Amino acid sequence: MSIEIKDVHKSFGALEVVKGVTMTVEKGEVVSVIGGSGSGKSTLLMCINGLEPINSGHILVDGTDVHARGTDLNKLRRKIGIVFQQWNAFPHLTVLENVMLAPRKVLGKSRAEAEAIAVEKLSHVGLAEKLKVYPSRLSGGQQQRMAIARALAMSPDYMLFDEVTSALDPQLVGEVLDTMRLLSSEGMTMIVVTHEIAFAREVSNRVAFFHKGRIHEIGPPAQVIGAPREPETVAFLKSVL
Amino acid sequence: MNYTFHWLPAFRALPDMLWGALVTLEVAVLSMLLGVFFAVLLAVASGSNYRVLRGAAASWIELARNTPALFQIYMAYFGLGSLGIHLDSFPALLAGITFNNAGYLAETFRGGLRAVPPTQLRAARSLGMGQIQAFRLIVLPQMFRVVFYPLTNQMVWAILMTSLGVIVGLNNDLTGVTQELNVRSFRTFEYFALAAVIYYLLAKLVTLSARLLAWRLFRY
Repeated sequence: MSIEIKDVHKSFGALEVVKGVTMTVEKGEVVSVIGGSGSGKSTLLMCINGLEPINSGHILVDGTDVHARGTDLNKLRRKIGIVFQQWNAFPHLTVLENVMLAPRKVLGKSRAEAEAIAVEKLSHVGLAEKLKVYPSRLSGGQQQRMAIARALAMSPDYMLFDEVTSALDPQLVGEVLDTMRLLSSEGMTMIVVTHEIAFAREVSNRVAFFHKGRIHEIGPPAQVIGAPREPETVAFLKSVL
Repeated sequence: MNYTFHWLPAFRALPDMLWGALVTLEVAVLSMLLGVFFAVLLAVASGSNYRVLRGAAASWIELARNTPALFQIYMAYFGLGSLGIHLDSFPALLAGITFNNAGYLAETFRGGLRAVPPTQLRAARSLGMGQIQAFRLIVLPQMFRVVFYPLTNQMVWAILMTSLGVIVGLNNDLTGVTQELNVRSFRTFEYFALAAVIYYLLAKLVTLSARLLAWRLFRY
């Protein structure tokens, strides 16, 4: 059980943003991906659940090749939850309906089952009081936690986080990080693209430093963040800390 | 001014006029249903990769929006007639207004679609929904809210446009009935004033029920 990324290349037109990335994330691991803007880290996440096609290489999720011709992406995505920088709440549905929708329509659960799951997940992220509210009435941090609950309601084996705190007001970052801390303490497998270096250091088993579309350095946080070997990593950490 | 108002005959004709109003509503509703259907096709064709389809859709939309509705109805009746396609008054009027509705609504739908951020579709797909499912459950409901009021306006406009049926010989809609009564009695002011009030009430009925419906539907 793992996500295996093998020599993945990805271009937008003439611009190559991912230039041969290889990395394996084992079940139960938390891997943080840090690096400057435009280093290709978010793009790689989109490639992992097939939201973006790749140009070459392979991504295997539990042995299934995500980008192979016959792969049922809709089915594969059930086990890979993703949370975006722009939380993407569905504005026309209440908080409860937002979280119930996919279990009902994708997994075919009954209304009662889906509601039970949704209530459980929303309580887990601290939104039990907001079930009947529309997302427009929530703060950014609450909307982001709702997005996490929405992904969790599919009982995914993996969770991908794409700079989930970057668009939040500073005072709202903490509550979202707390939710992610909770997940990691429960053993959720996570790939976390983030600019929160302290958080990455605290929760990750490994940290990958992305630079110009490549993994420049990868290893335990004590090494990559605590005692980086590459001059680019040193320079990056200096600029953000 | 030596005109003496005679309202009584006008009020006596009220039942006939109300039956006419029913025909008016019938044309308007049908033209909206057909208009929405063709507008969706036009909106899809506008975004197509086929040049011919794009061109055809663009011509329809341009003509519908930039020529008088009167001409569009005239063409459906007399224009097609000269080409050997003879439509009766009712279908000719219906075709003309449908043509007009579809042109306006196609643009409305295109705008509505653009108003829903593509990230919404992406978020839905990331939860394992298929393309069509995501479109139906996430994009369409949001788009519907954006196009709802323009759709209402077009419905009002369709009701008013039906009055043009009189030029292609329709005589049983509200304007047709009023015109027949007028020709028989020459109480022009009374009959047409009464007809205007009925058109006004029809239009108001549509706007008010739309407002009520919107209040029920769009709670967010």
